[in-house]
Amino acid sequence: MSFISIQDVRFSYDEIEEGKPVRYAVDGVSLDVERGEFVAVIGHNGCGKSTLAKQLNAMLLPDSGKVIIDGDDTSVEENTYTIREKIGLVLQNPDNQLVASIVEEDVAFGPENLGVEPAEIRRRVDEALKAVDMYEYREHAPHKLSGGQKQRVAIAGILAIQPQCIVLDEPTAMLDPSGRQEVVSTLLKLNREQKMTVVLITHFMDEAVLADRVVVMDSGKILTQGTPEEVFSQVELLKKHRLDVPQSAELAYKLRGCGLKINHIPLTREDCVALLGEAMR
Amino acid sequence: MSCVLELKNLSYVYGKGTPFEKRAVNRVSLQIHRGELIGVIGHTGSGKSTMMQMLNGLMRPTEGQVLLDGKDIWAEPKKIREVRFKVGMVFQYPEYQLFEETVRKDIAFGAKNRGLEGAALEQAIRDAADFTGLKPELLEKSPFELSGGEKRRAAIAGVIAMNPEVLVLDEPTAGLDPMGREVLLSQITRYHQERQNTVLLVTHSMEDIARVADRIIVMHKGNLVLFEPTRTVFSQGDRLKQWGLSVPQITAIMQDLRRRGLDVPDGVLTVDEAFRALLPLLKKEGKLW
Repeated sequence: MSFISIQDVRFSYDEIEEGKPVRYAVDGVSLDVERGEFVAVIGHNGCGKSTLAKQLNAMLLPDSGKVIIDGDDTSVEENTYTIREKIGLVLQNPDNQLVASIVEEDVAFGPENLGVEPAEIRRRVDEALKAVDMYEYREHAPHKLSGGQKQRVAIAGILAIQPQCIVLDEPTAMLDPSGRQEVVSTLLKLNREQKMTVVLITHFMDEAVLADRVVVMDSGKILTQGTPEEVFSQVELLKKHRLDVPQSAELAYKLRGCGLKINHIPLTREDCVALLGEAMR
Repeated sequence: MSCVLELKNLSYVYGKGTPFEKRAVNRVSLQIHRGELIGVIGHTGSGKSTMMQMLNGLMRPTEGQVLLDGKDIWAEPKKIREVRFKVGMVFQYPEYQLFEETVRKDIAFGAKNRGLEGAALEQAIRDAADFTGLKPELLEKSPFELSGGEKRRAAIAGVIAMNPEVLVLDEPTAGLDPMGREVLLSQITRYHQERQNTVLLVTHSMEDIARVADRIIVMHKGNLVLFEPTRTVFSQGDRLKQWGLSVPQITAIMQDLRRRGLDVPDGVLTVDEAFRALLPLLKKEGKLW
C-alpha cells in the first residue's frame, strides 16, 4: 500500500443536517502518495487544498472516506500521535507556529515533547537550523525575524521531529525570490538525499514544476494530475480555472498557436531558450 | 514634474547603543514625483519595510529627513497625524486589522478621523469600495463574515477612503491566488490612473512589478542601490541576482536569446511583449503559417 492513501474523502465545514445542501471543501478526493515522492498540489483559494493538507495528519478527519498513513487510519484516535510523528505539517503563516522566545528553543519544542535525549535534541536542532540556513540566528528572538526567516524556523521545527513526510501549505507565500529559492532547494535536498516524502501546496508554478507529480484541485475535486510536463502543457485548461502557467509555457503555447512547430511545452527558462533557439535556426 | 516625496540622507538604526544595534536604512536620498507608480523591491531584511514606515512618520528617522510636499514631516512633531492621512499605509496582511462591526464602518474609520462626514463620507466609502471591487451588499456585513480576499480588499478600501496623496502598499498580493493577484493588481492600477496620485508598491513578485511600475527602487542591506525606470532595472539581471533578486522568467528567456545573437529587445517585461518581438522574426524565417 502507498505511504499516503486518500480514499474518496469528503469533508465539509458546514453542519451536516438532513435536507440541507452541503458545500464540501473536499469533495470525493482519492490520491496516493508513494514514499519518497515529491508531490505539488495547486489550485486557487478555496479549492480545498489546505483542507486536504490538514487531513493528512489528522488535524481534520474525513466526513466520509478514509485517509491511511503508512497503514494507519487517521480516524482511529489511537493512531493520531503515530501519524503526527510521521507527517510534519508546515502552515501558511509562520506567526501561528512559533511558540518559544528563542529560535533554537522553538526548534527544540517538538523533540522535547517526544522525550528525545538532550544531546540528541542539540544535534537535531543544529542540523535542522543549518538545513534551513538559520543556524546563525539560533539565539535570536523569533518575533524579531522577518517573515521569511520565521518560516524557515518553522520548517526547522518540523525537521527536528524527523518526520517521514513533510506537508507544506504555501510555505513560500511571503518570501522573496532568494528566500523562496532557499526553502525550495531545502525541500528538494530533503527529498533527494534523505528520501523525505514532500507534499507541497503552492501558488507558485515555478515551484510546482520541480515536483515529481503535480495535482491540480478545483472546487474540492482533483481536476487533473500528472508530471509537470503533462499538467502544464494543458495551458488552456489551467487558464480557464484561474491558474497560472510558467511564462515559458505561455509563450510557447502562443507561438504554437501561430503555427510554430515545437514538440513539447517548455517549463523552464533553459528549456524554452533551447527550444526557441532551435526553432530559429 | 513636481516632487511629492523626497528622502534626504535618511537612516534608521535599530537598538542604538545596544549589542543588537542594526543599521536598517543607510543614508537614502531620492525623489518621487507626483503621479508615479513606484515599485519597491529588495531581499528580505533589505530595509524596505523600515523605509516605508518612515514615510508617514510611524518610525522617526535616526538621521535625515522625509519631505512631503517640500516640508519635513517631523518639523512639527505634534502635527504628525496630518502626515498619516496624506501618506496612506496598507500593511502586509491588512485583513488582520479589521475591527469594526460592519465593513462600511471599518472603511469609514480613517476618512471620518480625517474629518469627512455626511454625503462626502458616503461618497468616499462608495468610491473606495468600487476601486477595490467590493460589492455594495457586503458593506453591511461584519468584516469577519468576508472571505480572505474580500477582507483584504475591505482593509485596502479603508485606506483609499482617506484619499491619501501617496498610497503605500506593502505586499498587497501576498498569499492570494493567481486570479486574486491579477484582479487586485488591476484595481490598484485603475485607482492610480483615475486618481492620478502617487502609489508605492512593495512586492516580491517581479512578474507583477514588471507589468505596472514606472520606476523601481531596489534596496540592498539598507542601501538604495538602484532607482531607475522598470525596463532599465530588469535589463540588469546579473546585478539583481547579486542582491538576492531575480527578473521575470520571460525577461531572462529573452535575454538568453539575445545573448545567442537573436535580434530581440533588452528588458522585455511581459509574455505579450516577448510574443510580439518574436513573431516577426519567426515569420521572416518562414516558421509560421
